[in-house]
Amino acid sequence: MELILVVIIGLLYASGIYMMLRRSMVKLIIGLILLGNGANMLIFLLGRIVKGKPPIIDSTAKMLTEIYADPVPQALILTAIVISFGLQSFAIILVKRAYKITQTDDLDELNTTDEIYE
Amino acid sequence: MILAILSGFILAGCTPFISKFIKGKGSLLLPLLPFGLFVYFISYLKEIGEGQTFKFSYEWVPSYGINFGFHLDGLAMLFALLITGVGTLVFTYTTSYLKGHQYLDRFFGYLSMFMASMLGLVLSDNIITLFIFWELTSISSFFLIGFNNDDPKSRKSALLALSITGLGGLFLLAGMVLLGFVGGTYQFQELLSQSNLIQDHASYGWIVGLIFIGAFTKSAQFPFHFWLPGAMKAPTPVSTYLHSATMVKAGIYLLARFTPLLGGTPEWNTTLIIVGAITMVYAAVHSIFRIDMKGILAYSTISALGILVFLIGLGTEASLLAAGVFILVHALYKATLFLITGIVDHETGTRDVTVLSGLSKVLMPVAVAAGLAALSNAGAPPFFGFIGKDLIYEATLAYGNWAVVLTIAAIVTNVCLLFAGLLAGFKPFVGPLPSNYAALHLPHPTMWVPPLILAGLGLVFGLFPSLIEGVLVQPVFSSMVIEGAPVHIKLWHGFNLVLGLSLLTLTLGVVLYMILKPSSLLFSKTLKFEMIAPQTLFGIFGKFFNAFARFWTGLFQNGYLRNYVITILGFLTILLAYRLYQGVNLYIDTAQLTSLTIYEVTVAIMMIVAIIFTVFSRSRLVAVASLGVMGYSICLIFLFYSAPDLAMTQFSIDTLTVILFVLVIYNLPKYKNFSSKAVRLRDAVLSIFFGSLIAILTLEVLAEPLNRETSIFYAESAYLLAKGKNVVNVILVDFRGFDTMVEITVLVIAAIGVFSLLKLRLKSIEKE
Repeated sequence: MELILVVIIGLLYASGIYMMLRRSMVKLIIGLILLGNGANMLIFLLGRIVKGKPPIIDSTAKMLTEIYADPVPQALILTAIVISFGLQSFAIILVKRAYKITQTDDLDELNTTDEIYE
Repeated sequence: MILAILSGFILAGCTPFISKFIKGKGSLLLPLLPFGLFVYFISYLKEIGEGQTFKFSYEWVPSYGINFGFHLDGLAMLFALLITGVGTLVFTYTTSYLKGHQYLDRFFGYLSMFMASMLGLVLSDNIITLFIFWELTSISSFFLIGFNNDDPKSRKSALLALSITGLGGLFLLAGMVLLGFVGGTYQFQELLSQSNLIQDHASYGWIVGLIFIGAFTKSAQFPFHFWLPGAMKAPTPVSTYLHSATMVKAGIYLLARFTPLLGGTPEWNTTLIIVGAITMVYAAVHSIFRIDMKGILAYSTISALGILVFLIGLGTEASLLAAGVFILVHALYKATLFLITGIVDHETGTRDVTVLSGLSKVLMPVAVAAGLAALSNAGAPPFFGFIGKDLIYEATLAYGNWAVVLTIAAIVTNVCLLFAGLLAGFKPFVGPLPSNYAALHLPHPTMWVPPLILAGLGLVFGLFPSLIEGVLVQPVFSSMVIEGAPVHIKLWHGFNLVLGLSLLTLTLGVVLYMILKPSSLLFSKTLKFEMIAPQTLFGIFGKFFNAFARFWTGLFQNGYLRNYVITILGFLTILLAYRLYQGVNLYIDTAQLTSLTIYEVTVAIMMIVAIIFTVFSRSRLVAVASLGVMGYSICLIFLFYSAPDLAMTQFSIDTLTVILFVLVIYNLPKYKNFSSKAVRLRDAVLSIFFGSLIAILTLEVLAEPLNRETSIFYAESAYLLAKGKNVVNVILVDFRGFDTMVEITVLVIAAIGVFSLLKLRLKSIEKE
């Protein structure tokens, strides 16, 4: 399974970068989301994946023993997911707003700070 | 001592607060500062004459070996006296020359700053401090040259002077650092004892070359000479000061100072002789075609500087003595001529020698001073200039095989200089007085007394050379030649070849003056050669450099975010690829891999398809939906591999994102491709390369052993310390509770942003 995940991570990175390099603002956001997911998967995989052993202490035990999934990457990723949601939602609304004022989605046309009156 | 140097800076700092005072009667008090300093240095004269030197040291940056070390010896003494002495007269002169000027306070501020920098420069023993003062003179001269800042020409000249001398200063710094590195110290007196070591070092050529560039730019040597005529845009007192005693003499001072340390080698001597000779002949010939008094004097200054460099380059005892004397000779007559030019300009409003004549009838004392200076410049006996010229010929005649060539070069230069001197100091005062100048009257004594004093000194020193021989000339000589014979200067040498040459020079000069009449026609002809002048070439170079900088900046700082991303990623990719190419060790331990099940493969395929759809879909809705599918697949992977918390979070967040997208989707622009096929192909190649590299790196890292220390701590302590059984949750809300709180804050800020963006009404621009 690791090998497949490696391929998926590579694909997520590649597609994320590709979308970020587009001129459309919407595509830029999609690229950001893809890249963020790729990074999450990377951290997840590098913490080593374990099947069916969540890092939850058994009700009778006092600590995790045996083999268990690494809790640290999970904590990191959880934070990352939430933060990236904050970023994404703000970016989406910003794009919507910017489009309403400038009537363009092309980043190259956003080269002036002056308001455009039509 | 340090107070003596800093007093100029202190005065400069005070001028804005006492500006009313300066503009009023107070300006007459200002010359007291340089005069006080002059007296202060004079008080050391006796001891210096007896061969003593004085050291003053104040710590500054001891860790780098930089301190305020000052060393007063003969050479420093000569320059200190010139700076403060001529400074006194220039300050006095300015009180009348710029009387009532709007920015008189500013002018005095710059002037005293300049004087102080110059003093610091000649007195510094530490070569790094010397460099700092060196640059300070460049900066303060920039303000002085550009003093008439509403004149574009003035600004341009100031900028030119700053860029040339400042650029040279940087070379000088490099030379100094290299010298300090080789010698192991920045103290000049300590370096002096290691002269042989430095001269044999492999970097010797570099040190000399770098210091030469610094000195040549400052002292206006060919081909860096062109900033000096431009500096004529400055008010006349500034030109006087810059040309006679300071600024341009700094380079000469540097060369003279470093002669005992670096001199005596073929590199040193040959370069200086060639550069000096070219400069002196080139500028001397140039000077005779000028018609502006200041222009004539500027080129004759360059020529005189060439002579000095040339003499230092000859490097014999006779030539160094001649250099020492000529510095003083030149300072005296050149300052006089400049001050006179200022008076003439001030009174008649022109400096054109073709127009001026007969002024002695109205400006008698000025004419006397001018005549004395012109004669001293001409080297006529019994003036000080005669002694100077004799010493020069003695030096060239004694220079072995090349004596004839060098002597001829010296004669040509001197004849032209003589002519230039007569043109500026003699011509305007003789002949018939034009009627429109008949009403002129003598200016305030503060203007005509200073040149008279200077010119008078030229005569006095000539008649009684013993006045300065012991106290000044001998110590200067000893500073440049460590173990030289005692010097003796005298007016009359008897009938010999040197006298013959002097008389020949005089005759030729006077004949030239009789034949060649200055005319604007001749002047305009010489202007045609400007096409190939170094000045023009420098201008072209500057333009090219600007264009190149603009192109280069445009290439990298082009304002397109994605180009920055491409540059960064491209560079990273190349670096990583090179490293991997050198030795990639792709080791996959199949035993360690987790087994595959059918539903995992299904999820993986689903993800890949979703990604492909996201990227290539032409419909916005499809892309967003695919994004959602991909998010849910990740959620499933989290679920399979023991991360239920992540799965839950991912699920809710993904849902929210998609909903948000869909909510605003009808407002969003049409989904379209802006880029051309080639651009898309380029981006695709880069992305694929980068993605593959990340994948390879991931595999590499997977093969490395994992340090689980942190996880083990959390796994063991989660319940015992924090009383929680879900370890991930415990980490987030307990061990790293503050982080989570800050994270929530970030989210709140984002939420406020989203909310306000949605609610914001943008008045009329809005079309909802």
